[in-house]
Amino acid sequence: MAIEFSEEAQKEYEEICKHYPDKDATLLPALHLAKREFKTATPEVMEYIASLVGVDPIKVLNVASFYTWYPKEKEGKYVIQVCSTLSCSLMGAETVVDYIEKKLDIKAGETTADGKFTLKKVECLGSCGTAPVMQINDDYFESLTEGKVDQILDDLK
Amino acid sequence: MEEKYFLKNKDNPESKNIDFYVKNGGYKAWESVLEGKSPDEVIGEVKKSGLRGRGGAGFPAGMKWSFVPKDSDRPKYLICNADESEPGTFKDRYIIEREPHMMLEGIAIASFAINCHQAYIYIRGEFVYGAKVLDEAIAEAEARGCLGKNIMGTGYDLDIAVHRGAGAYICGEETGQIESLEGKRGWPRLKPPFPAVVGVFNSPTVVNNVETLANLPLIFNRGADYFAGIGPNAKNTGPKLYCVSGHVKRPGLYEFPLGKNLNELIYEDCGGIRDGHELKAVIPGGSSVPVLRPEEIDVSMDYDSLAAIGSMLGSAGAIVMDDTTCLVDSLLNLEQFYAHESCGQCTPCREGTMWMVKILSRIEKGQGRMEDMDLLDDVAKNINFRTICPLGDAAAMPAMSFIDKFRDEFEEHIKQGGCPIQKDKSIKVPNADA
Ligand SMILES: Cc1cc2nc3c(=O)[nH]c(=O)nc-3n(C[C@H](O)[C@H](O)[C@H](O)COP(=O)(O)O)c2cc1C
Ligand code: FES
Repeated sequence: MAIEFSEEAQKEYEEICKHYPDKDATLLPALHLAKREFKTATPEVMEYIASLVGVDPIKVLNVASFYTWYPKEKEGKYVIQVCSTLSCSLMGAETVVDYIEKKLDIKAGETTADGKFTLKKVECLGSCGTAPVMQINDDYFESLTEGKVDQILDDLK
Repeated sequence: MEEKYFLKNKDNPESKNIDFYVKNGGYKAWESVLEGKSPDEVIGEVKKSGLRGRGGAGFPAGMKWSFVPKDSDRPKYLICNADESEPGTFKDRYIIEREPHMMLEGIAIASFAINCHQAYIYIRGEFVYGAKVLDEAIAEAEARGCLGKNIMGTGYDLDIAVHRGAGAYICGEETGQIESLEGKRGWPRLKPPFPAVVGVFNSPTVVNNVETLANLPLIFNRGADYFAGIGPNAKNTGPKLYCVSGHVKRPGLYEFPLGKNLNELIYEDCGGIRDGHELKAVIPGGSSVPVLRPEEIDVSMDYDSLAAIGSMLGSAGAIVMDDTTCLVDSLLNLEQFYAHESCGQCTPCREGTMWMVKILSRIEKGQGRMEDMDLLDDVAKNINFRTICPLGDAAAMPAMSFIDKFRDEFEEHIKQGGCPIQKDKSIKVPNADA
């Protein structure tokens, strides 16, 4: 097979398996590792995961497509997810999105030409008390202002 | 109760470390349970404490555990629901990141009560940091012999695994969560059978919210009577986290006994509505519960008092809206959320949420018709109670209550052919300088 987990990820996967009486249950954890290892859930990745978990590839596709966490298309190096649900909207989330759209010269849902940033509008991130909020890759950024957005994005190499 | 329980270490970043936790009496409750109590006694104590579920429905925790069949030879499972995805709610995240051992100790006590040796923490995928904190906390607790094999030499084994979700609100619903944990789409199951009888891996399963479980060390350290004495009455007991977001001067996480007065919370603790503006509406318990008008907020934030005025405590996430808020726009925002998060199994919810979005969009754009009001209400009523899981109700309740309580504003949109509200979409960060 063309692709494979790194040795580290394979070890992690073996550890994960110990917690479940049924190997099917390791599908989501395996997809999380796949996202870290390969970024995108391509058909090739899904086939690999299917063989690893021991299920049909169609099941991996069926399950992965249910969840928003696994990108099917290539995304930027930094994925900016701005929360647009009510509490954030009340505190100016639309303005934050507009501001980033202008700054990066892309619309929400798009990736910059250099492949550095993808901008997305997402739903409540569970951080409504410090709205407006965004997540970039694994990290949360809260109580956003235009100045803070500038600083955060300018710092990303 | 001036003494804080959840937030007592708010200003101390050490609180997540086991040394700090143990130094301050941590894992003593677990030890006392493990060494001196039977599972039935634990269930009895929790019943006596009056602890009710903090995940939304307010079901008595001890009673839920007592439904797990004792004669079943199948393994029992406990799932700690850390999906925290109800809009307006951000309390479990604090416990996860700052008091992970309080949560693990609670999971251990609950596991013992139902004779479970494998527990899972189902945490939403976005909480990457939280998952890391929990993994580290579990490793620390195992290294100290508080979790793992032969705990404290008693022969009791308990493994706790962190299971990360993947961006689906429906996986907060307990049967959707169980399906998701099994490696499937998060499609809720028909009940009965209830999870306590047939849950994950075809086995008896208890699902409890993070905050529910994190209360357990308090109950077993200070006694069920102490716990039952906190709060307004015997059916609403214990400390409670309140999330306040939106147009108040000091949004954020607050702790009080159950039964905090909502008016006081908004006007005293949160400093009131931002300057120059007036309160228009409050959703008291997370986005899924019926909205309140300003004249209704002099209410005790407990399960029964909010139910008595036709709303719910839910997840205690109060969303505060001032006079610059367009309620058509707000309801549209929420229905877009439910339409996106509907898992698609049940026709009323899948189609109904989409139709609500369409109708609300045209009202907001000034293209609504007067008949749309009844149509919207009718669609909502046809979703309510007609679906496998309560996501349908969660989508219907805001719509029905917004129309019922703010009908004028909707009709004004239709009459004027546009939005009559001077909306303020600017960025407002009250604590920007903090
Ligand atoms: C659509 C939907 C989403 C839910 N999301 C959550 C959630 O994010 N966290 C949670 O603890 N409970 C959530 N619940 C409630 C759970 O189904 C369940 O009642 C709860 O976890 C039980 O725990 P408790 O008895 O300790 O409250 C949700 C329910 C529904 C219908
Ligand atoms: S609404 Fe944005 S984090 Fe909850």
